[in-house]
Parts: sequence; C-alpha cells; structure tokens
Amino acid sequence: MCRLFSLTSTSCISPMKAIEALDMMKEGHDGSGVGLFLSSLEGPFSRYKGLPILSGIFTRDGFKRMEEYMAELGFTPRFQLTLDTTGNPPPGTPRREIYLIQVFDPPEDFKSLEQVLQERKLTGIRLHLRHMGQEKEDMVVFSFWPDVITIKEVGDPLETGQYLGLDREELCARQILAQGRQNTNYGINLYACHPFFIQGVSSMTNGENTAFVPIKEYLSTQGVVGYEGYQSDSEVFTHILHFTLKEMGLGIEAYKHIITPLQDSDLEAHPDREFLQRLKQACRRLIIDGPNCVIGCLPDKTMFMVQDRKKLRPGIVGGRPGLYAFSSEACGLDAVIPDRDKSLDFQPMHLDTAIVSPECKEVRICRQTQPLPLQH
Amino acid sequence: MPTDAAITPSTLSQRDLPWQIHWDVKTCTLCGRCTAVCPVNAIELGTFRKRNIVVPFVGGREKPTSNFGVYHGIRQRTDPGYACIGCSMCNLVCPNNSIAAIKSESMDMLRFHRDRGGQPRTRGGRRNRGDSVLDQMKFMRISMLTDPALDAGRHEFELRTLLGRVLPPAKALASWKANGWTPPVREIHPLMIGSMSFGALSPNMWEGLQMGVAYLNEELGMPVRICTGEGGCPPRLLRSRFLKYVILQIASGYFGWDEIIHALPEMKEDPCAVEIKYGQGAKPGDGGLLQWHKVNKLIAAIRGVPPGVSLPSPPTHQTKYSIEEAVAKMIQSMSMAWGFRVPVYPKISASSTSLAVLNNLTRNPYASGLAIDGEDGGTGAAYNVSMDHMGHPIASNLRDCYLNLVKLGQQNELPLIAGGGAGKNGNLAANAAALIMLGASVVQIGKYIMQAGAGCLGTEGDRCNICNIGRCPKGITSQDPRLYRRLDPEKVAERVVDVYVGFDTEIRKILAPLGRSTSLPIGMSDALGIADKAVADRLAIKYAV
Ligand code: SF4
Ligand code: SF4
Repeated sequence: MCRLFSLTSTSCISPMKAIEALDMMKEGHDGSGVGLFLSSLEGPFSRYKGLPILSGIFTRDGFKRMEEYMAELGFTPRFQLTLDTTGNPPPGTPRREIYLIQVFDPPEDFKSLEQVLQERKLTGIRLHLRHMGQEKEDMVVFSFWPDVITIKEVGDPLETGQYLGLDREELCARQILAQGRQNTNYGINLYACHPFFIQGVSSMTNGENTAFVPIKEYLSTQGVVGYEGYQSDSEVFTHILHFTLKEMGLGIEAYKHIITPLQDSDLEAHPDREFLQRLKQACRRLIIDGPNCVIGCLPDKTMFMVQDRKKLRPGIVGGRPGLYAFSSEACGLDAVIPDRDKSLDFQPMHLDTAIVSPECKEVRICRQTQPLPLQH
Repeated sequence: MPTDAAITPSTLSQRDLPWQIHWDVKTCTLCGRCTAVCPVNAIELGTFRKRNIVVPFVGGREKPTSNFGVYHGIRQRTDPGYACIGCSMCNLVCPNNSIAAIKSESMDMLRFHRDRGGQPRTRGGRRNRGDSVLDQMKFMRISMLTDPALDAGRHEFELRTLLGRVLPPAKALASWKANGWTPPVREIHPLMIGSMSFGALSPNMWEGLQMGVAYLNEELGMPVRICTGEGGCPPRLLRSRFLKYVILQIASGYFGWDEIIHALPEMKEDPCAVEIKYGQGAKPGDGGLLQWHKVNKLIAAIRGVPPGVSLPSPPTHQTKYSIEEAVAKMIQSMSMAWGFRVPVYPKISASSTSLAVLNNLTRNPYASGLAIDGEDGGTGAAYNVSMDHMGHPIASNLRDCYLNLVKLGQQNELPLIAGGGAGKNGNLAANAAALIMLGASVVQIGKYIMQAGAGCLGTEGDRCNICNIGRCPKGITSQDPRLYRRLDPEKVAERVVDVYVGFDTEIRKILAPLGRSTSLPIGMSDALGIADKAVADRLAIKYAV
C-alpha cells in the first residue's frame, strides 16, 4: 500500500516535513518512490506569480533541446532552481543530470489569450516536452504551471529527500502533497508516480482503481488535452477531478457523486435527487471501483480527501487553525502536528469529502447525503 | 420386412435415425402412456411375432418342438415424417423406466430425407453446435496485492445498467439546467428476458414469465425487464401497471400493434422501452414466422389476423427502403407515440454490417441503444439452413461495436444489448459477465429461461426443437390447451425468480474477486483472458495458457 501525506497551511512549510511524516508510516510502503506537489510557493518563486514553472528531470542534451524548443515558442527563461544532490544516490535511485525547476515568461501573444486557451497551451507544451523526452529518453516533465512545483524520484522518500536537499527555503510551500510509493501493478516509471497533475488540479491515491481500463478508454477519447499517456490506474482520479471542475463546471462537492454515486435508495431521499440522478447516469463511465483513498488539491488551493464507496483504505485529517494535514495514518499527523486537538481528528467515511480551504480555518465535511451547494 | 416389400430411397432403418428407441419387453406393462405422450407419433403399439421352443421334460422321448406366437410392445416408426426427436417424454411418463431414446453414435441418414415434397426442414430451437467462445473465457484479473478481496455475500454491489441514450456529461448538465429534453433512460437489471412472442410461447409460459418478472420487481426490488417479441401484448397487461416492466417489440409484420395503439390512451404506465426488430440471430435476413398450427383464436385476436393461417413477417419493413431511413423514421415515430418518454432501440442480427448500423445510430439523437443478436440465438420457427449456417458470432461483433464507440468517445452512451448464446451450455453468469466485459450494457436471454424456467427439452444436440409445430411436449411453445396445461404458470414464475436470484449470486462471485462492486464492469476487457491466441487478438483481450 502506498502512503499519503499532505498539508495545507497559512505559513510556508518545508517539503521535508511531509516526507518525515511519510517516514513515520514507513511500514506501509516499500520506499520505491516519492512524489511531491508544492503550491502557494514562498521565497523566490513568489516573485513570479502567474508565470508558469516547469518541473522535470533532464539530461544535459535534453535540457538543451528543451531550451531550444521553449525559445522557439517565445518563452523566456526566468528564475531557475536546480536541485543539488549530496553524496551518492540512495539505493535504487539512479544518478540524474539535472533536476530542474524553471520559471518561464510567456510571449506577449500568449498573454492576450483567453484563460482557457492559455491553460490548454501550457498543457500542450508540457505534453510536447513529455513526448520529446520519451522519444530520446532525455527528459521527464511533471508539470508546467504557475505556482506549482512537482518533484518525483524513485527511492526511499526520506533518503531521496535528503539526497536532493529538499529542505531548502526556495521549496517552502503552503500546500504540499507527498506520496510514498509502494510499487504494485506497474513498473517503476516516473510518470507512474503520484501526485498527478493537470492544469492546477493535483491528486494522489492510495489504492487500486479496478475500473481503470474502461475509465481510461473513456477519458482519453473525450477530446480533452492532457487525458493521455496513462501510466498509473490512479492518474484517472486526477483527470476525473479535472473533468468535474473544468469540463462540467461543478465543485469539489460533486466529485464524490461522480466517482462513487449514491445508491438509489439514498438518492430517493436526497433533496437534489433529480440532479444527482442525471449526474449519476451521465457520469456512470467515470465511476471508480476498488479500494481507494484520494487526496488532492484544487486550482484554488483547497485540499480534500475522499474514500471509495466502501471505505477500504485508511485516511485521517486533523490539525489546528492555520495548519491541517491529511494522512494515511494518524502517526503521520502526529509527526507533523503533534500539538493539535486529537479529539477533532476525522476519518472520512464512505460518503464523506473532507475539505480544507486555503485559509485553513477548519475541516469541512461534506456528506453525500447532504444537499449540494446551488448549481448554476 | 418381407423380402418383396418396396424399398424407396427414403426407407430408413432404425439405425439410420438420429434417435433410437430402446424398449424393454421385460418391464413394460403396456400401459400406453408413451405412445400417448409422444409429440410426433414416433412410437406405436407393435405386434411382434415370436417363435417359442417347447422343450419336453428331460429324459423323455419327445423331441423339442416350436410354435409361433405374438406379443405386444412398442415399435419405433422409421418413416422420416415420424422420426423420433429425442424429447424423452416417453421416458418421463413411463412408470417402469422401460423406454428410452438414445442418440445414435454414428451419423444419421435422416438428414438427407427431410425435404419431403420439396419442403426443407423447418424447426425451432437453436444452432445445434455446442462450442462457445464465451465458455472458454476466464476472468483473470484477480486483485491479490492491494485489494482486500470484496465479499460477494456481504458487500453492497451495484449491478444495474442503463437502457437508453446517455448524454455526454457536459451536455446532460446543460440540458438539465435549461430544463430541456433529455433522452429517456431506464435503470434496469443487466440480464433481460429477450423477445419471445405471445404466440411463439404458450399463454401459460407467457403468464409465468410475466409473473416472475413482476415478482422480481415488486418483491425483490430487482428491475428485470422482458421483451414481448413480435406478437403484441395481451390487452390487460397493456392497461396494467406491470407494463413498465415490459419492452414492446415492433417488427415488420406489425402484429399486435393495432391493439397496442388502441390501448395507448388507457395506459397507466409507459412501457420500459420499444424494440424495433430488424433481424434476429437465429435466422438473419429472415422475418418472423408463426406457423399455422399455432395461430388459434386468441393469438389471432391479439395479432389482428384470421386464425389458422401461417404468419410470416417479411424480412424487411416494407414501407421503408433503407435501414437508415427505416431506423430513423421508426425510431422517431415510436418515440413520438409516447411523447419521447420511452427509449426506442433497434435490434439487428449480428452481421458484418453491424458497425454501419451502429454508426448511423450514434448520429441519431433519438436512438436509445442497439441490440445485437448473435448466431447462437434461438427461435420458434425457422428453416434449418438459416439456423445452422446464417449469422455472425456475438463476441467479435459486440467487441467491434464497443471498440468503435470507444473510438468515438461514446462508449455506453449508446448501450449495446447483446444476445445469442449466453448460457447455451448452462454457464449463464459467466457468459453474461464475459459479454459485459467485452462491452455489453445488457445481455438478453431466451432459450436459457425456457430451459431453466420451464424445463424446455431442447439442446444443442438437436433434441426436441419442434417449437414451430405447436406440439411442444412441455407446453412452452404450444397453443393447444391440452399441451400447455402441463405448464403451471406459478411454477414457471418461481423458477424465473430462482434463476435471477441465483444469477446475481454467481455474478457477485465473479465480480468480487475482480474488485468490482460500485458499477457494472462494462468494457473491463483487462479482466478477460482466453487460451486461444487468435481469439485473444481478435477480441483485444489477454492470451493466457
Ligand atoms: S423420445 Fe420423444 S419423440 Fe421419441 S419416442 Fe419418446 S416421446 Fe416420442
Ligand atoms: S420442449 Fe418445447 S420449447 Fe423446448 S425445444 Fe421442445 S418444443 Fe421447443
């Protein structure tokens, strides 16, 4: 089983904190990989709010090819951060040439585009780079988006974090998702590492989506840029979330109604039954299955956790105003927020979506049987 | 046979027949039940000559003598017109187990003589081939690593499917917001009782099926649906609340539609759906056929025809000149008849042209699905040659259609309803699950429910299969009250319920290890494997030996 830990805070926090929490839950993962999603960045990156940041791993040749391609598109490199490794890589971690985090300034014609088109363009560039990299095996690109950094590497999370020197001020963030990987169905491929990202939407999962193939087949034929190249059965969770928010214009409260809709008897009694019945039918192809705990972060930096229909995976959320964390196990919470009121810890059940907005005031529980916020 | 008797080309011996009657002189009491029950008069009372040897007491002077006597017993007729069909009703009624029909182990000669008067063989039943690709499929994607296995008995399973056109999510929401029309969709059980007409089936059989379906719905909460076939629907059912469990079929003969149209203003409920039949798997390219034997007064009244005449429906819907037009117009008019509240979908025979029909339907906003009937489908009456040699297997046809929808990004938007051979060897749940994972939203059954629900004797080994002539020994496909009173509708209903409840348990036993319980695993082809490379490649599933 993988282990998940995420935190959302009003002040910025080092990603190593989240990795330490993963380390506490070490029994639950085999340390075959670590993935990080960082947002609401402080430090130097905050000076480039609004400009897309490219995160990835490059060989020197790959880096050069990327630079050339970006130049061709008229994207000017701005602030750049490369992770400096210390000592030998931990067992299982390959030696890489460049871990890159680079801000780009888009050309003028880009800035005049509508927001949807800008978003599509950024996704298109990321995919193009990914394809270029897959062709020559000289680059792996995780995200290209304003105020988002994604870092992924194979190896033990704690050792890899130290090796990559992640405890640095530039990487401090207010929203952090971290996953300690248990290698299961698919080979170790960096694109198979959580958290997955598309257009400001990120999520990671502990579990197995047994409905992966039909969902993948459906998503990848909907003509949405970015629904492709699936390397993990959990990647579709991110895309369904993206589909919910961007293609259907619904809120996070609707997400659970799409991936694990209510059964008819519950629907009958629901104040929004007509809407939900429609939703259930129209989105039946997006219903997930199997044991899954999903933690994710929305474009507005709201963080959430949902469980599968039967609540077959562990998951807990807790904290104090200003700092909340979502974790696979309580020991992860203890490691990072020992001074919280534990009696307020909450384990979302099969109907719940636990939501913490970026102000980090409280954990809001949205139960599927409750009325939905007004649909417009 | 006397030496000078005429031997005609069609003179056959018992050995030349496919079924041979073994009769035991020692135990037979000559009660006559077998000859009375035989639906085809294949056996008759025989008078046999016998030579008796009289042996005098030992040690005496007299020599043994012989005389001739007679005894009575059962004789199998060898006239091709009266050949035994192997139904074994004689065995069923024999109090002493003195008679049995045994299938000949060598090829019969009868098959060369079944066209007396230039009339080739017609029959009911099935294709008479036991092989089944569906039976060979295995469900292999068992979650052994990350899953706590689901518990088939304890966990909640959502096994419903959708019948009707499902709009793409964004469109569905937009139409909801605008309060616009959305195509009607029914949430139903994935195993549907396919079209078998009132007329093809006896009134008792029909009633039994309907009662079973009503019980499943109203008492067990299982939304099982049944299709009428082309033969109309009894007037009381049309005006009852049970109509919502029924799919009305319209076909090229429009039989029974007078009655249906007249009942429209009095209907309390909409029917579940309307099925427009363009073809069926057992006899593709052939219309329906109800032979005159079965057209009694009741049938004639419901269908709006004179009694005692054969009722062939033409192969094509005569008023239309192309399938595109037919489909478009018929779907539209049927939808209109019920105010666009009832899903309307066509049923076709599986064929290499299925894809073209499907592509047409994807562009028709009123089309609610596509039913495809494979070559293993059954029928009440058809020419033997159509049944045995015409048609397309369901597996690859269904798979092609599903993958085509995937290509268009419309999978399950237009549900595929697959039929023809599910459970032909008794493995209903496994076959249905395989079809669903290949891409079917709904699976239709016919023969299976006759066998399991009413004790139909037909097999893929050409047993019985005389459904066409109204002599069904079980009273399933007969319109003769002396025959159909053998069938108790209540008992049929009970069996239908047993079949469905048992099916649900078995389906869970398949889905639980695959880690699927939240939705029906339509198109979950990664779960399927087969030990035949060519089939695996053709169906895009796993090859495993
Ligand atoms: S098996 Fe059927 S057809 Fe044959 S003799 Fe017996 S009752 Fe007649
Ligand atoms: S038992 Fe009746 S329905 Fe079954 S094959 Fe024989 S005639 Fe047909």
